[in-house]
Amino acid sequence: MFAFIISRILQALPVLLAVALISFAMFAYVGDPVAIMLGQDYTQAQRDALVADLGLDKPFWVQFGTFIGNAVQGEFGLSYRLSRPVADLIAERAPATLELAFTAAILALAVGVPMGVYTGLYRHSWLSRFFLTFSLIGVSLPTFLIGILLILVFAVSLGWLPSFGRGDTVKLGWWTTGFLTWTGVKALVLPAITLGLFQLTLIMRLVRAEMMEVLRTDYIKFARARGLPNRAVHFGHALKNTMVPVITIVGLQLGAIIAFAIVTETVFQWPGMGLLFIQSVGAADIPVMSAYLLLIALVFVTINLIVDLLYYAVDPRLRIGRGKGGH
Amino acid sequence: MRKLLMAAALAVGLGAAGLGEARTVRWAASGDPNTMDPHSQNLGTVTMVLQQIYDPLIQRTQELGLAPGLATRWEQVEPNRWRFWLREGVKFHEGQAFTADDAVFSITRAQQPTSNYGIFVDTIDRAVQVEPFIVDIITRVPDPILPNKIASLMIMSRSWSEQHNSTRPQNTRNREEMHTTRNTNGTGAFRLSVREPDVRTVLVRNTDWWGWAEPGSREGNITEIIYRPIASDATRIAALLSNEVDFVLDPPLQDLNRLRAAPGIRVTEGPEVRTIFLAMDTHRDRLLYSDVTDRNPLKDLRVRQALYQAIDIQAIHRTTMRGQSVVTGTFFPPQVNGYSREEDVRLPYDQARARALLAEAGYPNGFGITLDCPNNRYINDEQICQAIVAMWARIGVRAQLNAMPLGPFFQKIQREDTSIYLLGWGVPTLDALYSFQSLLRSRDGGQGNGIWNYGRYSNPRMDALIDIMVNQSGDARNNAIREALRIYREDVPHIPLHHQMIPWAMRSNFTIPHMANNQPYFRWARMN
Repeated sequence: MFAFIISRILQALPVLLAVALISFAMFAYVGDPVAIMLGQDYTQAQRDALVADLGLDKPFWVQFGTFIGNAVQGEFGLSYRLSRPVADLIAERAPATLELAFTAAILALAVGVPMGVYTGLYRHSWLSRFFLTFSLIGVSLPTFLIGILLILVFAVSLGWLPSFGRGDTVKLGWWTTGFLTWTGVKALVLPAITLGLFQLTLIMRLVRAEMMEVLRTDYIKFARARGLPNRAVHFGHALKNTMVPVITIVGLQLGAIIAFAIVTETVFQWPGMGLLFIQSVGAADIPVMSAYLLLIALVFVTINLIVDLLYYAVDPRLRIGRGKGGH
Repeated sequence: MRKLLMAAALAVGLGAAGLGEARTVRWAASGDPNTMDPHSQNLGTVTMVLQQIYDPLIQRTQELGLAPGLATRWEQVEPNRWRFWLREGVKFHEGQAFTADDAVFSITRAQQPTSNYGIFVDTIDRAVQVEPFIVDIITRVPDPILPNKIASLMIMSRSWSEQHNSTRPQNTRNREEMHTTRNTNGTGAFRLSVREPDVRTVLVRNTDWWGWAEPGSREGNITEIIYRPIASDATRIAALLSNEVDFVLDPPLQDLNRLRAAPGIRVTEGPEVRTIFLAMDTHRDRLLYSDVTDRNPLKDLRVRQALYQAIDIQAIHRTTMRGQSVVTGTFFPPQVNGYSREEDVRLPYDQARARALLAEAGYPNGFGITLDCPNNRYINDEQICQAIVAMWARIGVRAQLNAMPLGPFFQKIQREDTSIYLLGWGVPTLDALYSFQSLLRSRDGGQGNGIWNYGRYSNPRMDALIDIMVNQSGDARNNAIREALRIYREDVPHIPLHHQMIPWAMRSNFTIPHMANNQPYFRWARMN
């Protein structure tokens, strides 16, 4: 188990390095930070001084090496756009993104799994048909459109919920939370739905397919033959065995939710890391962009590791050590 | 949290005591100020917040004229010496008394290499204190428009800046965050109360401000300003419609008709001091992006005229800009000192003439060229370029549109890696020299000369006239501007298009004067 974790961490290092390299190489094309920082009026001498100060005159590999060296020490430099330490900026924005992502993920699970079970069990009921039709919307509509539609209905027409921002927040140490104020909770509703809708429908369809698959297997027939109550068959035996693929997907999707909160955060002006990233792209703020991409890669790697560990907890066959089998 | 609420309630209560009740305005625009340092970034998104907090020596009026600010009067006592008599009894928000020393300090600070406000102090040799409330500014050359520039220079407290290690403007090269990145201490009508970058910036009324008795601000009744950046166009408008903000500085054009029809919303419009034009490579012997390989067609005046006369500017005005532009034949608008109505005449739209000119120049079948264009910098920039490409196609010029975001766009044109490009130019000094010097002066390394002249337009007579604008005043200067404008018209260094119009959208219970520099002045605003 321990060796397994170590090997996974070692595997993760080249991944992180590759992400760093690719993102760093891409930034040569996002624009000239110097031009943006200097504004309309400058002399060539001012420009040269700034280029030298930022180290942009050095060869690519030297710049990349400096970047990696600093990154290992948790030092990402100063944002070109805001002139503040990148690590501070990201730490300030992380709570907003994480709260939004977890709310969206829990929403997707809490609604998606029961809907999936229901549609799997009662395939022909009108409610199942409704759920399936509704899930098509979640899968096919782009996030920004869902966000705009929700704003139009619930903020502009009905006036129930705010159209943007995070409401009032409460500081708990360095963490700021919107869960503890009424405006904060209200502000969370629309972005969480927008962000979670795709995952919700995905989970529902996955659980439904898995349930239908499992319900056909022999051990379910045996369970029924033994006269076990429906509830035990459906939830104790069938649902539990659908969980391995669901956990995989949910885990990967949680990473995706955090990484791709960018669109939702832009639509709702949610002050998280995704919005920070988008604003940094506009200003060719390379230190923020590279730090963000590295962080996202780290999130994915960590989540994958946790998902692998969860398999052990859920699937008894893995614990016995028969290797990877099953689904 | 409760403490915070009580403090907030108390603050609101105190602020409102003088006025009877709290008048809060909540407003939004797409971008957030990068910094709270008044000499670091010369950007509209920065000054739109900072000019509520800091006063300059000379203020702008609602018509962008000059009015007393921290200086009550000023005079050019010698050709190279301007004298400013300062207002007495003014205090900074943190209590320091304002004196000539602070004015000298602020001017010196803006001259530092990390300052982005060099254009406003470019002729200044030094500032000296004559008496505790008299400051002299000594210039290297006679500078008749110094007051115009000083009006953009915000005044800080020397003792406060020294106490917080902020005697130089903040810059990334300082390697650390400075006190002025998030803190302010001005003398202005509002003081900073909360600053959360990219989230919200709250200002509260400075009831001690010296200017509240002045006409204009006497009517202003705002006690609190809450600014929130909202980057997404649709969300910004939704926030206005759902009454979550009272004022939007930059509503998108496509939503204007809807906003005008919406109950409780008002849209005000006015011209902006920003002109959109095409500039081109008139320097190289062969263009970088063209199918003409043996010469540079844009060096030929007839080709420039043909490209100009092929553009149906009225169609762009009507359709692309939906009426929100002022068509022009020159490159700065009437608010700018030096503007001349007689020289603001376009070459007529005439496709037959354009075709004839092209044939005369040796291109009877036209030629191919790439038009570089930003797609997120000016109002409808990419659509304007699309329209122009289509119009040129009708005279046989096969233009390829290369539209890109402002980051790569500016990088490309600043490397002079372009043959023809669309640019929009604002004039912060409100004087013609700024545009002439940056856009049309030959690039000879002199400070400010041709720094945005990426087509390397060069005309010795134009250079001579610009030097007169720098060094002389009165009639000599005015005549030079006039002649330079005529050359601009005849020599076609640019293809001028239009001045931008800027719409502001607000709830109908809020009023604020529409300003051509696209800056809101909340001291003049009212909430009913």
